[in-house]
Amino acid sequence: MLDFIARRLVAIIPVLTVVAIFVFLMLRLTPGDPAAIIAGDNATSDQIDEIRRALGLDEPIWTQFLIWIGKVLQGNFGESFFFKKTVAELIAQRVEPTLALAVCTLIIAVITAVPLGVLAAYRHGSLLDRCVMGFSVLGFSVPVFVIGYILIYIFAIELGWLPVQGYIRIGVNFWGFLERMVLPSVTLAVIYVALIARITRASVLEVLNEDYIRTARAKGLTNRVVLMRHALRNAAVPILTVIGIGIALLISGAVVTESVYGLPGLGRLTVEAVLSRDFPTIQAVILLFSVVYVLINLVIDISYTLFDPRIRY
Amino acid sequence: MSEAKKPVLEVRNLSVSLPAGADRAHAVENVSFTVSPGEIVCLVGESGSGKSVIAFTVMGLLAKALKPTSGEILLEGENILAADESRLRELRCTRMSMIFQEPMTALNPVMTCGLQIDEVLETHTKLDAAERKAKIIAILDRVKLPEPERIYASYPHQLSGGQRQRIMIAMALVLDPVLLIADEPTTALDVTTQAEILKLIAELQAGEGTGVLFITHDFGVVAEIAHRVAVLRWGELVELGPTEKILSRPEHNYTKMLISSVPSIHPAHRGVRRDGTTVLRTEKLGKTYSGNAFFQKARVVKAAVDVDLDIRKGETLGIVGESGSGKSTVARCIARLIDPTEGKVFLGDTEIATMSASKLRPHRRRVQIVFQDPYRSMNPRITVGDSIIEGPMNFGLKRDEALARARNLMETVRLDPNSLDRYPHQFSGGQRQRICIARALAMEPELLIADEAVSALDVSVQKQVLELLDEIRVRLNLAVLFITHDLRVAAQICDYVAVMSKGRIVEYGSAEQVFGAPRDDYTKALFAAAPGRNWEFGKFAA
Repeated sequence: MLDFIARRLVAIIPVLTVVAIFVFLMLRLTPGDPAAIIAGDNATSDQIDEIRRALGLDEPIWTQFLIWIGKVLQGNFGESFFFKKTVAELIAQRVEPTLALAVCTLIIAVITAVPLGVLAAYRHGSLLDRCVMGFSVLGFSVPVFVIGYILIYIFAIELGWLPVQGYIRIGVNFWGFLERMVLPSVTLAVIYVALIARITRASVLEVLNEDYIRTARAKGLTNRVVLMRHALRNAAVPILTVIGIGIALLISGAVVTESVYGLPGLGRLTVEAVLSRDFPTIQAVILLFSVVYVLINLVIDISYTLFDPRIRY
Repeated sequence: MSEAKKPVLEVRNLSVSLPAGADRAHAVENVSFTVSPGEIVCLVGESGSGKSVIAFTVMGLLAKALKPTSGEILLEGENILAADESRLRELRCTRMSMIFQEPMTALNPVMTCGLQIDEVLETHTKLDAAERKAKIIAILDRVKLPEPERIYASYPHQLSGGQRQRIMIAMALVLDPVLLIADEPTTALDVTTQAEILKLIAELQAGEGTGVLFITHDFGVVAEIAHRVAVLRWGELVELGPTEKILSRPEHNYTKMLISSVPSIHPAHRGVRRDGTTVLRTEKLGKTYSGNAFFQKARVVKAAVDVDLDIRKGETLGIVGESGSGKSTVARCIARLIDPTEGKVFLGDTEIATMSASKLRPHRRRVQIVFQDPYRSMNPRITVGDSIIEGPMNFGLKRDEALARARNLMETVRLDPNSLDRYPHQFSGGQRQRICIARALAMEPELLIADEAVSALDVSVQKQVLELLDEIRVRLNLAVLFITHDLRVAAQICDYVAVMSKGRIVEYGSAEQVFGAPRDDYTKALFAAAPGRNWEFGKFAA
């Protein structure tokens, strides 16, 4: 087990190296000059050159890269071109809404999708099953922003139950925080409910054909015990895998959701940074996402052992 | 058995219908029999005979597509067919219990064995946790599992096949049911384990007076354990009577045919012909599997060690052994499906054990394999004709020449040459195995490896395929390597036999010597465990 974790942590290094090089080059090779954007419409070319020099963008690409990577290795992600803050500060400010959104979404998705999937598998072929499957096709095909605007229209504008946009820090006012979290989380959760319900249904359905389910029934257990104790736990590994992938994908979903609901999270920070060619911020955010991604996968892999004693690393 | 005792199970005129579109209307038709307390009744039949359907009907666990249409099933006088789902749940494991064929898959892999038994007590009794634990430890002890405390906390994958089946038996008998249904409980086990489990079931049921409905396809097991035998064919009961009578004086033609098909455990006298040229020789062949790890010690498994074999033209060499003995590993090394780690393999004069993949390719043709499961060893989306000609065409034969060869081979294996454009699912298991043999022969091999090639087949079909294999061997003067766990089959088809245990050959000699006068202790133990070894199954004219 320790061996496995050590190997996986070591494997992060090449992943991050590749990501770092790739992001760095992508940003420099795509059109768009941060100096020109900062200088504004009326700047002279001398002023732009001046800014460029100040940002270190006049150096050759490889020198820029080495300077940046050297600082990153010391834990310094540099200063944002645009926000006049260090990137570390910027991310720290923006991390809470995104984290809150991800956690709420995940909770909503798992507690709706897993029971739905189990029920659909148990009542395989019934009306309920077809409804769940129909919903999941719908959940996959409707874009996040459409769902977002529909929910805002119904619950915030027509019914007036919930605020339209905005964010209140969890420490400031917990109810206000919850109120503002409901719509974005539900919006973002729709696609994950669809995904997780589908996988749960498929893997429970497969498990229900296993011999030990027959044994469980031959013991005289009730259907509920057979389903929850015997079927679901055996079906857990594929479900966990999908939840893991889901968490990683949440980040990209958050970019849209945060824009729709005006949440000042990392997703919106990414959008703003990209629009203003804020290289240090983009690089740092993407590196951060990669680390999170690798770590989530590691956690998921380890969590398999909790559900299936046959898996040993 | 005293006749005065009321039967625990009485099946009267039971019929179970199959869904529309099946090959017959009823899975079970008009079947009647009884099981008395303390009695073991064997339901014997080939696949599709309806024996498992009867067992599942009694337990109320039939698949939804199957419906009992008439008759009664009386468990101590109570009609189970009329009971509702909650009453059935009450009866399960308290009055009637069932154990299954494959103890690995019948136990939940993610729950400890102790908890799986605990569920039974939790559901059906009001005992508290400590009482339940004590009862479980007691039953684990009764089914003779060592260290009950450790077994209680173990997961199924940490136990051996025999231990897992003991867990199933413990689970089934913990509440002393009056009826135990055993559905092929030893079929998936090795022969020595099978003997132990049969002994255990007989002991426990005799002690408690449990009635046992024992389902099997194996007449050796029947001879070993049954008091009475019911023979089924196509869902109908063809013959019912005391074991001794059915086995020695069967009346129905079908029973006669079945019993006559059981291979004898005494080797057929085939005469020794050590005159052919050597087709295959292995020298100190070995295969070691090793995993590597950062911190832990690497795991090393020696699947085969120092295996020396040789086969001449026109000869059959059998490798017999239990699961994990390395017999299939040896076969796969010889065919270079896996790479041996030690030793040499001579195919004629060519050493192929260390040959590079590209140099090996021309020699691939010379060794062909027929695998165990004809249902899974053929690509379901390719016609059998294309399966057969694929190999020869790969070695340069033109399509029409290959097809002509395939038509010839279909006749050799006694199938209709016009069915070459059909798909595997349109054939029965025995027919598919014939096709697999034809596919192997299409390459005109020098050595044919049959890896448990008849183990998945019913006994009457098995007999036909064995005869076919032998006929082909004689006609083509082929060298055959026959891998099997079944001593009876080995006794009938092999000229020479190698007995393997834990990766090594423990005994190697002519079939007559090995079966007639085994020298090694393991071989002796293996033979002693063969079910029905004391019973010479007669050959009846049907």
